[in-house]
Amino acid sequence: MSEHPEGTHVGTQGESPAEIIGLRNRLRAQWRAQSMETRIGASLGATIALAILLFFVDHALCVAVLTISALYWMRRLPPLPWRIAAQAVLVALFLIFGPRSFAAVLAIGFALFWVPERRRTWVMPLTALVLAALYPFYQDKMFTIPVFGVWPDVFTAVIMLVFVMMAVGLNIVVGYAGLLDLGYVAFYATGAYTAAWFASEQFAHTTWHLGAVGIDPKLPGIHITVWPLLLLAGIITAVFGILIGLPTLRLRGDYLAIVTLGFGEILPQVARNGDSLGGFNLTNGPNGITPLDSPGFGHGISKATGGFLPANFTACCNAKVLGHVIQSTDVYFWFAILLVIITIFCSLRLQYSRLGRAWIAIREDETAAAAMGIPLMRTKTWAYASGAFFGGVAGAYYAVFKSATFPGDFFFNISVFILCMVILGGMGNLTGVVAGAAFLAYLDQEGLANTGAWINTNIHIGSHHPNIDVPLYASGIYGLIILIVMLFRPEGLIPSRRRAAELHEGVHDEPLYEAQHAGAEA
Amino acid sequence: MTADASAPALGTRFRRPSFVGAIGMLFVVLVVVLLIKELTVSPSQFFQTTLIGVTNGAVYALIALGYTLVYGILELINFAHGDVFMLAGMFAITFSTHFFGLHHGQGFAIVPIVFATLLLTMAACGAINATIEFVAYRPLRGAPRLAPLITAIGVSFIIEDIGLAWKGPTYVNAPDVFPHSNVFSVGGVDYQWNHLIVVLITIPVLLALLYLVQRTRQGKAMRATAQDKDAAAIMGINVNRTISFTFLIAGALAGAAGTLYALWATTVRFDQGFQLGLIAFTAAVLGGIGNLPGAVLGAVTIGLIQAWNEGLPWHMPGSDWTESIVFSILILILIFRPEGLLGERTPEGG
Repeated sequence: MSEHPEGTHVGTQGESPAEIIGLRNRLRAQWRAQSMETRIGASLGATIALAILLFFVDHALCVAVLTISALYWMRRLPPLPWRIAAQAVLVALFLIFGPRSFAAVLAIGFALFWVPERRRTWVMPLTALVLAALYPFYQDKMFTIPVFGVWPDVFTAVIMLVFVMMAVGLNIVVGYAGLLDLGYVAFYATGAYTAAWFASEQFAHTTWHLGAVGIDPKLPGIHITVWPLLLLAGIITAVFGILIGLPTLRLRGDYLAIVTLGFGEILPQVARNGDSLGGFNLTNGPNGITPLDSPGFGHGISKATGGFLPANFTACCNAKVLGHVIQSTDVYFWFAILLVIITIFCSLRLQYSRLGRAWIAIREDETAAAAMGIPLMRTKTWAYASGAFFGGVAGAYYAVFKSATFPGDFFFNISVFILCMVILGGMGNLTGVVAGAAFLAYLDQEGLANTGAWINTNIHIGSHHPNIDVPLYASGIYGLIILIVMLFRPEGLIPSRRRAAELHEGVHDEPLYEAQHAGAEA
Repeated sequence: MTADASAPALGTRFRRPSFVGAIGMLFVVLVVVLLIKELTVSPSQFFQTTLIGVTNGAVYALIALGYTLVYGILELINFAHGDVFMLAGMFAITFSTHFFGLHHGQGFAIVPIVFATLLLTMAACGAINATIEFVAYRPLRGAPRLAPLITAIGVSFIIEDIGLAWKGPTYVNAPDVFPHSNVFSVGGVDYQWNHLIVVLITIPVLLALLYLVQRTRQGKAMRATAQDKDAAAIMGINVNRTISFTFLIAGALAGAAGTLYALWATTVRFDQGFQLGLIAFTAAVLGGIGNLPGAVLGAVTIGLIQAWNEGLPWHMPGSDWTESIVFSILILILIFRPEGLLGERTPEGG
């Protein structure tokens, strides 16, 4: 190898991804040079061919492809009456033949489409919120999605919301401040264990109650009712984040990532081995801490609000509203939505605050930010503390929801899983992060299993069915998502405009050797 | 940090002792006192575990060099490296048992088989590592620093699942072919051949690497690229090809480490690459990342610490805490001495 003179082998390395992108651009230019009729004809032909092909695999998928292409062409039909007519026809078709629930979804979508642009900024989130809040009422009436199967049940939805909260928290650290945190699971674990310590019989040698509901007031251990508990978990986790941050935040980006990863590995081990720390049982070891107290408002508040706020979540309700018997999971779900709203609100306010602008400045150019008088350490530590706070609250709520905390829940995979949510949705963009987190958490809980089942039944060669255990490869799938997104759309699916520009144009000058490489090929 | 991938830069410059440095020294002194106590409690066990630690360290050194080579040239922590190491173990088991029919009790016939396996695995892993660079890191050369780091985590997970899909979620067993007879047995301290063989194979590989980096034209190109990519390009070095070559070499080292580990420990599992990779990365940081002799020193240190922790009789935390100790070392080193034991202090402060 060493005998070759360097520099004489330029351009002999085959197609690099840059060249593939070049080829893509050339093909795109050629496609645009064709006449309109050719392009429409070719697209329609390809769609119909695809639909026919899919018809043999799964009828529902065929209908889905046709619907999506119909929606696509509808946006291109110019005059308004035509568009209204087409939308009405589509909704009517689904009302008559197809799943009626999908007709309802379409109708709502079309209705939103007619909302004027300037009102959409508040109409869209409000609609999303109302639809989300009503989810337990219509979940069992929803259509089956091709490939992904039935809609997630309310239990899964709670977990999705918890992960949304965590992703929004991580987004503060990674998306706003640009600090790569590979040990976010440590905050999650801190929150969960704080909740477990202060709402269970773990510390049985003391007895201290603070408004705990649904348990015997003489039960040993520390018992704090859920709402102060969540706040406490958030604050303790934030303090923990500051403690981690203070010595490490002066490190450069990738070293910081490694240190956080180190903490993320140490903490679960402490949790696992924490049943005899010098003879003291801190975490109950691999058995975890369970059960936790049930959340609730207590009988006083419940009576005062006429039973609207439940006294005790787990022994709750059974009231029939709109033909749906309200379960305790539904109550957990609604309060998770409440927490998510608070998280998103705080995140939004932080983003446009003085602190949030300082974070973005640090992310884009640390040296310049410091020169402009931004105190680097303090600003970064605040990012850490805020991110940790939401991670802690999310962890605590999750622990309370499951009524248990196990050290096995806090592997490195979870850190990467949450990072994957932030990256997929779009670093720094709340809509993207929320959507990415909800989707990936759904995949993790139900989606992958459903997809696997679909693949194993519907795709076969002759009578040979593949028997792939798709959820087993979950982490590889997340890895693939991370890789593909970073290579082809580093700003995420729903990007923040500012971050996209940063990632595409780069914050550095174009390196010289790239130019040399390109020049040698031309 | 990247300053020089080859020259053994001993920290000869005088530095005023600082508060932080004093704490660090105190820590080291405490560890030494602890070790002397251990030595007096049970000398034979101390030397026994020390020898095991050297063997551990030899394997870690091979992995750590892969991290340090790549970091030296690209300033990228190649998370996928540990998983390439895991894949190497699987390759080694497949090649040796399926292709060459390796099994227990073949006497000296194992020598050519082991060497053929070693070379084949090194070639395979070198190719894989170079491919990873080509697909996952090269398109991101101009991107912010964290972009390739995130990609590396993604690649790491993908490779882990490739191993999972290939060999399943259980431990894959290798035939236990290295002889377990004693090399020497002095005063209750036994040293077995299977440990020595690992060290004996590691040393020539390390020497070959040092020769490659310090004495050959390609090595010179690697050092130049590590120092300054633009200047290297002006001097007519094909930077992309040099980086590919570095990944090839790093992958080959992971291949050697994987082969030795698989035949020595006789089990490989899809998820062990990440853990061992992180331990080896700690070793690279401990020695001063980007510094080849430093990586070896750090790896032996970490190997010794691990063996002492797991094997010594007197008040040691034990194997439950090995990872915590290793990662604590990583964190402490990054906070107190980010340039590592042998690295040079850079203006950025690490």
